[in-house]
Amino acid sequence: MNIVVCVKQIPDPEAPQSFDASNNLNRSGKLLLDKADEYGVEMALQLVDKAGGGDVTVVSMGSAADVAGLRNALAMGAAKAVIVSDESLRGSDALSTAKVLAAVIGRAPFDLVLAATESSDGYTGTTPVQLAELLGLPSITFAKAVAIEGSTLKVSRQTEAGYDEVSSSLPALVTVTAGVVEPRYASFKGIMAAKSKPVEILSVADLGLEGQVGAAGARETITAIQAAESRQAGEKYVDEGDGAEKVVAFLESIKVL
Amino acid sequence: MAFSKLWVLLEPAGDSFTSTSLEVLSQARTLSDQVSGVTWGAGSTLAAQAGDYGATTLYDVGALDGALPGVPVASAVAALIEREGAPDAVLIPTSYDGRDVAGRLSARLDRPVLTNVIGLRDEGGLVTEHPVFGGSLTVSATFTGEGPGIVVVRAKSFPAEPAGGAAAPVVAALPGELGSTLGATIVTSHVEERTGPKLEDATVVVSGGRGLGEASAYALIEELATLLHGAAGASRAIVDAGWVPYSHQVGQTGKTVKPLVYIACGISGATQHMVGMKGSKNIVAINKDADAPIFQIADLGIVGDVHKVLPALIDALKSRS
Repeated sequence: MNIVVCVKQIPDPEAPQSFDASNNLNRSGKLLLDKADEYGVEMALQLVDKAGGGDVTVVSMGSAADVAGLRNALAMGAAKAVIVSDESLRGSDALSTAKVLAAVIGRAPFDLVLAATESSDGYTGTTPVQLAELLGLPSITFAKAVAIEGSTLKVSRQTEAGYDEVSSSLPALVTVTAGVVEPRYASFKGIMAAKSKPVEILSVADLGLEGQVGAAGARETITAIQAAESRQAGEKYVDEGDGAEKVVAFLESIKVL
Repeated sequence: MAFSKLWVLLEPAGDSFTSTSLEVLSQARTLSDQVSGVTWGAGSTLAAQAGDYGATTLYDVGALDGALPGVPVASAVAALIEREGAPDAVLIPTSYDGRDVAGRLSARLDRPVLTNVIGLRDEGGLVTEHPVFGGSLTVSATFTGEGPGIVVVRAKSFPAEPAGGAAAPVVAALPGELGSTLGATIVTSHVEERTGPKLEDATVVVSGGRGLGEASAYALIEELATLLHGAAGASRAIVDAGWVPYSHQVGQTGKTVKPLVYIACGISGATQHMVGMKGSKNIVAINKDADAPIFQIADLGIVGDVHKVLPALIDALKSRS
């Protein structure tokens, strides 16, 4: 069972976000493994373990100046990491990203591709399904449970009303929701082992995608950035045993009570 | 009107299209005289509703036989473009299936997708509006190059208003060859019973966050929501922690709510959360950190411990009834 997990290194999600001079998200600071991706890595490790053999490979795109996030996935137990890092990828949209990931993943046989439902910095949420289409795979998004029985994939998929039990042939692509599994903490042994695991860095030329991806491949443009209509802060009280009363009075004033 | 034609994905949900579908359709008809719906499954029986909200044609992908909608519906739209020519844009409501269709269609047509859209304008070309950085900024964007734009619109971005149009004629729009992509099948569907109003329709929403301290304290949120005939919501932090299901999540990655009053309990106000609730008519925040960002948008802020304020509030409401 060989599983590929798509991961992203992102700026600290707790820190304020900003745009750079080209209206791209400023990603100049320290980069971390997107927490949303830890669930996919953990799920992959568990599925490989249950299958009794195989490898987990993490695949990423972005700056390789700092690969601490990828090392984190390796420390959790992934066997190797591949990152496509190229100045020409700056300004890539979701479809360009999917094309790059498809080119990387298509180089070697695999049984399953896992990804988060969306990244915690861009929130576009379309890259995994675009990737599935480019690779010719069935996809099941918003998985809250994943199991493999023989050559059949079984997924509980979140729906508006509850969930669907979905089965699929392999290979396939699945996006996992946060909380699908409890990501492990990397052990000291894992962290030490990760230092010698391979991190392959590829360029766009290595994949033969020159001129097709990155800003050159983006067919949308930002026309304006404006401050949104802002709300004013109202009254603020420190609770001195009367907090509940204040809430009741407010709810009465707006006729909820 | 500038746009010669727009297509809107109309997702069937029982005996109606989803509310987001109808919101998008209502907005589309202000931008073009030729707005067609694309639906599947039971959607073809809803031609009267499609027409009432402004569709002049209803394309029907037909029965999906258990397939997830993403692959067959995107294939049908691509085939329809071959047959009838491309619309200016395909407008898709944000939902689990809507996002699947958008991603599949984008890769098939080699056209980009713009997601998280909260506004659509006509400025010679279609301009989309997107909230970023927790909704503090609005980015406007437009498509370039040849081919239709693919737009995924957030819930509650536009009002859904019937226009009294006649039932839309139903035209078959079947998927093409699906090959290896059509491997996933729905085996069974489970409906999780929820008491009270749906989160996105509720007049009152009570949400809990990390400040609750532990999963068991979420019972306070549910009790308060029930007493106020409202719905219980959650921040991403406690959904990620596994305290409550994803379907409770309010925010960028969850549901968008605009209730009469939103009561945020133990929620600091991460940008991810704010974008899903800052359109609420009134906001009450209870948080022990006086500097929490949530207070900057709250009409009433209580700096206090949710474990003290919520039980007192629940008692006060019980004594009234």
